[in-house]
Amino acid sequence: MARPEQNGLARLEAGLDSLAGARAAPRRRLRQQLLPPLVAIAVVLLGWQGLYLAGVEPDWVLPGPTEVWQSLAGAAGRGYVWSSIGNSLSRGALGFLVSVVIGTPLGVVVGRSQPVRTAVGPILSGLQNLPSVAWVPPAVIFFGVTPATIYTVILLGAVPSIANGLVSGLDQVPPLYLKVGRNLGAKGLSSVVHVLLPAALPGYVAGLKQGWAFAWRSLMAAEIIATSASLGHGLGQLLKQAQDTNDMALAFGTIALVLVVGIGVNQLVFAPVERHVLRSHGLALKRP
Amino acid sequence: MTVTTAKSTRQAVTLHGVGKVFDSGPPVLEDISLSVRAGEFVCLLGASGCGKSTLLNLIAGLDTPTAGQVELPGGHAALMFQESALFPWLSATRNVELALRLRGVPRKERQAEARRLLSLVRLEQARNKRAHELSGGMRQRVALARALAQGSEVLLMDEPFAALDAITRDVLHEELIRLWEATGFSTVFVTHNVREAVRLAERVVLLTSLPGRIAREWTVDIPHPRRIEDAAVARLSVEITEHLREEIRRHGQT
Repeated sequence: MARPEQNGLARLEAGLDSLAGARAAPRRRLRQQLLPPLVAIAVVLLGWQGLYLAGVEPDWVLPGPTEVWQSLAGAAGRGYVWSSIGNSLSRGALGFLVSVVIGTPLGVVVGRSQPVRTAVGPILSGLQNLPSVAWVPPAVIFFGVTPATIYTVILLGAVPSIANGLVSGLDQVPPLYLKVGRNLGAKGLSSVVHVLLPAALPGYVAGLKQGWAFAWRSLMAAEIIATSASLGHGLGQLLKQAQDTNDMALAFGTIALVLVVGIGVNQLVFAPVERHVLRSHGLALKRP
Repeated sequence: MTVTTAKSTRQAVTLHGVGKVFDSGPPVLEDISLSVRAGEFVCLLGASGCGKSTLLNLIAGLDTPTAGQVELPGGHAALMFQESALFPWLSATRNVELALRLRGVPRKERQAEARRLLSLVRLEQARNKRAHELSGGMRQRVALARALAQGSEVLLMDEPFAALDAITRDVLHEELIRLWEATGFSTVFVTHNVREAVRLAERVVLLTSLPGRIAREWTVDIPHPRRIEDAAVARLSVEITEHLREEIRRHGQT
């Protein structure tokens, strides 16, 4: 029974749909994204070189960018820069993964159970405010200068961030989604799997990103303090070695490496995941 | 279409003296008795505070009445809201498929069924888009397809078109009536828009506010296709609006 007005309705709807179709936001070109930070870095390097040439401080206190580069290149030539990066990265990665395994169920329980939240919630937030370097002395007393010390400090730094991120993700799930889920027939576990967790994903990913940042800085703190021959050489130990040998060029160089690795992991691993999750939730960040 | 337009005598929803009180507050609903025939289209009309949304929650089983009973022989009612409430992390198709999955439809049949439902609301072109890529009207059509995927004979709609612009709302009225005539689900449609109620319903039920009670009801005999600007729709709307205003005035006298 094809009534003429129904054919008209189909075309009316098609017209409305095409008029209202959301326009895709244009992606920013790579050049626009890369150029400003590169310019900023160049300005810093030029200023540094200027101070160096002006001779404000003696060379051994303020080495120039080229000296720092040569010092790093020399250390790289002797091989221990690469092994330090490798050691620190694998410690950071393993510590982070264990933190995810512990922090995720912890976040779910704290987020979903009111008594647990009342009991544990303030402690979790409090731990986030405690600089994890504070854990190094007790960990050394307890475990000695061993890998266990390093991983303990990473966990105490990263687990609260990851758990808190998930808790705030769960808190931000619109109640309407849960209501719709119930009406669709989602109960218990299927409600958690199909509604709650996907809805909480943006907060969880933000927590993971922050968890990595905390894991990395906790690791550096632990490595600088807990140095021994038996413990492999990481970037923190390299910094400590620079301090012990009064080698400012190596110290600056190592700090640059710590920054580059930390930011690199963030940009190569977490930023794409976060972008994908936000975009798929229709929450893509609008940049200024 | 003869099957769906023939008046069924079977009840799809029956409310017996339903009341609702939240905690120790004043009653929100009081002594609501209402039955909706299978395939009937009923609009519940009322001002703010008449407990329209609460009543839909009670029928949907999302809340329990403090007095009386709700009978739903089909066992389940699909619910639609003013916001589409599509899950933003899923495409249009996946949203519909999730409803099928949670209802226990086997995996093999889901994809074809979701496609059929989306083409029913004429959105097969947009099936892979996510909610934020769709206009408000398209979202509500996907939400309608998802509600149909629940396989309930009763569709509860809580001001589903209130946030849409007038042109889109007009088109969705036509779309909804087309689907209702084609599939024959019973509809309880809540609105505060008198014209919308008369445009759509076979029966308009006016509720009082604080507490919500049934004040009056009208049978709408105007044949479909109706238009919101029809003279007959306007005439009945004027009459109902007068009663609605009278109800609201009573609250100004206390």
